[in-house]
Amino acid sequence: MTTMTFGRAITAGLRRAMDDDPKVILMGEDIGKLGGVFRITDGLQKDFGPHRVLDSPLAEAGIMGTAVGMAYRGYRPVVEIQFDGFVYPAFDQIVCQVAKLHYRTQGAVTMPITIRVPFGGGIGSPEHHSESPEAYFTHTSGLRVVSVSNPQDAYTMIQQAIACNDPVLYFEPKRRYHVKGEVDEAVDPASSDMGAARVITRGTDVTLVTYGPLVPTARDAAVAASDDGTSIEVIDLRSLAPVDFATVEASVRKTGRLVITHEAAQSGGLGAEIAASITERCFDHLEHAPVRVTGFDIPYPYSKLEFHHLPDLDRILDGVDRVMRRPNSLSGLEGGAL
Amino acid sequence: MTDGSSPDLASGTVHPGPSRPGADELVQLVDPHGVRHPHGHYDALVADVDGPALQKLYEDMVVVRRIDAEATALQRQGELALWPPLLGQEAAQIGSGRALRSDDFVFSSYRENAVAYCRGVDLADILRVWRGNASSGWDPYTINMATPQVIIGAQTLHATGYAMGILNDGADAVAVTYFGDGATSQGDVNEAMVFAASYQAPVVFFCQNNHWAISEPVGLQAHVPIARRAPGFGIPSVRVDGNDVLACLAVTREALARARSGGGPTFIEAVTYRMGPHTTADDPTRYRDANELEDWAARDPLARLATLLDSLGLLDADYTDSVKATADAVAAELREGCLSMPEPAPSDVFRHVYSAPNSWLDRQQDHYERYLASFGPDGGTPQEGRR
Repeated sequence: MTTMTFGRAITAGLRRAMDDDPKVILMGEDIGKLGGVFRITDGLQKDFGPHRVLDSPLAEAGIMGTAVGMAYRGYRPVVEIQFDGFVYPAFDQIVCQVAKLHYRTQGAVTMPITIRVPFGGGIGSPEHHSESPEAYFTHTSGLRVVSVSNPQDAYTMIQQAIACNDPVLYFEPKRRYHVKGEVDEAVDPASSDMGAARVITRGTDVTLVTYGPLVPTARDAAVAASDDGTSIEVIDLRSLAPVDFATVEASVRKTGRLVITHEAAQSGGLGAEIAASITERCFDHLEHAPVRVTGFDIPYPYSKLEFHHLPDLDRILDGVDRVMRRPNSLSGLEGGAL
Repeated sequence: MTDGSSPDLASGTVHPGPSRPGADELVQLVDPHGVRHPHGHYDALVADVDGPALQKLYEDMVVVRRIDAEATALQRQGELALWPPLLGQEAAQIGSGRALRSDDFVFSSYRENAVAYCRGVDLADILRVWRGNASSGWDPYTINMATPQVIIGAQTLHATGYAMGILNDGADAVAVTYFGDGATSQGDVNEAMVFAASYQAPVVFFCQNNHWAISEPVGLQAHVPIARRAPGFGIPSVRVDGNDVLACLAVTREALARARSGGGPTFIEAVTYRMGPHTTADDPTRYRDANELEDWAARDPLARLATLLDSLGLLDADYTDSVKATADAVAAELREGCLSMPEPAPSDVFRHVYSAPNSWLDRQQDHYERYLASFGPDGGTPQEGRR
């Protein structure tokens, strides 16, 4: 076991993947000498050379499109998108090419591309640097989408994403880059499944589903709720497409109550899909309609207001109160003025 | 020339000369009247093209024109949903396509069926996607040509990335990307040129300027000859008479040689003309002057090579009969391949979305297959009510 930060764990995972497979190459802006704006690729160009760690021209569609060509040639590109809000110029290549080429060519061409996206808010940044665009990609057939919440998963899952023959969006919660944790570098990535959700806190009253940056917040909420006598089961989804509904369903059949929390905007978001799917699968086991605690349907706000937008411990607990039918919940307004 | 169309090929703006051409010069070795003009630079690149080789190029063009006509007929007969004709662009595609080596890799748009023919595609595979029987026609690795790209210009980046991979591998293959004049307005094409120049990738940008992007004339895409753009990216470019198969062969060979020897990318603008509609769903009479069509018909790529062959005594009846027989046989094979193409199974709709099982999709497939089974063994597909 080694203690390392979240960011360092990704670096270590990248390094190991590059050691294991000479076809793994990194592409992105400022990832060479600088090591990326978050230093995730720090030292890798020096150790593996500029032919394996490519500083790309400043054009996201170009990076993604040339990664497609590299994959055609048998490489496993790992693309760094510098910030969440910069992924949109690459959107066409991701949705129309990366996601569809395996289907289009009836399996002849694989696209083992990993797209790393630092995402989410909470770092006081200007516009375009704090977004949560994951639902655009979970809605796109042909892509797999994961989000990591701790250094061990960051280390293991980046290797699993790179080894995956399908394209993977790998969402990194940038506000957690400096969180430290224990990482077992000897773990074999093939021994676990990045598609599996994980129950990180056992509970019996409410199932609280989240991923990425809000996992620590959800865990804290479970601790706080237990002080009030409410037992919360926290699930870290890890995989956002596909969602491991079997794990969520098993939990909800036990608790009868579901709260989903994410930073991304509410309408049409991943929480909506989870609420709908779980309602379809275990309606008769529900004691209350699933409740979403999410960012608002607004452009990501300026930094002095961002903590009003981001779900925090108290808003999550308010959602818990609502599925528990406690009268103090303020989040359920359907019976009120609206 | 308010539509920005090219200088008239027949009016003396062609400047064959002893030195390498400038960016605006239109390279031409065989003029629209079938007269072979010597060229100080490019003759050496086609010195091996003797009489039989010229005859083969002619045969290729006749065959692909026949493929095009047969496919258009199949569409009109309801056997294909759509077809994008290449009529008029045979020389650009055969001349460039025949310059390639088998280990080169082509990334094309959807109109390069003559290039696919050069790569040795199974004829029915060309039609598979247009008949709606598959999402694409062939395994790209069997002929080293990606299946047609529909998003305009996207394939230029794929070619550039593939060429970057060639560089990493230390190989001397070349990636060749085909696109049209309309595509040159796309960001992807411009980004591809940036990347290709920055990495000095072995990629050839082969732009068929066929003067029309559906209904939009080339003047809407470019205010100056398209080939002039590439030098701004640091990429050498050349304009070639796209209806002159010999010139297209020559300039493509030069670009390939440059790429193989570490000289990086080249941009070729093949000035040609889309004689037909954009696709069989298009009606060019709504936007195009019939006189323009007549002008370009006079520069037909097949007719000019036939005239040249005739002047060389290489167009006797035995030869033309054999060319016709070949074209007829290819057309028959194409039609047979189309009509005998196996129908996809309903569950194929779910195949190959992912390379591994996927819990979301597997559940949907399971539900749909049980739904279909509920109609009984004979009623498998509920055609009624599907429209």
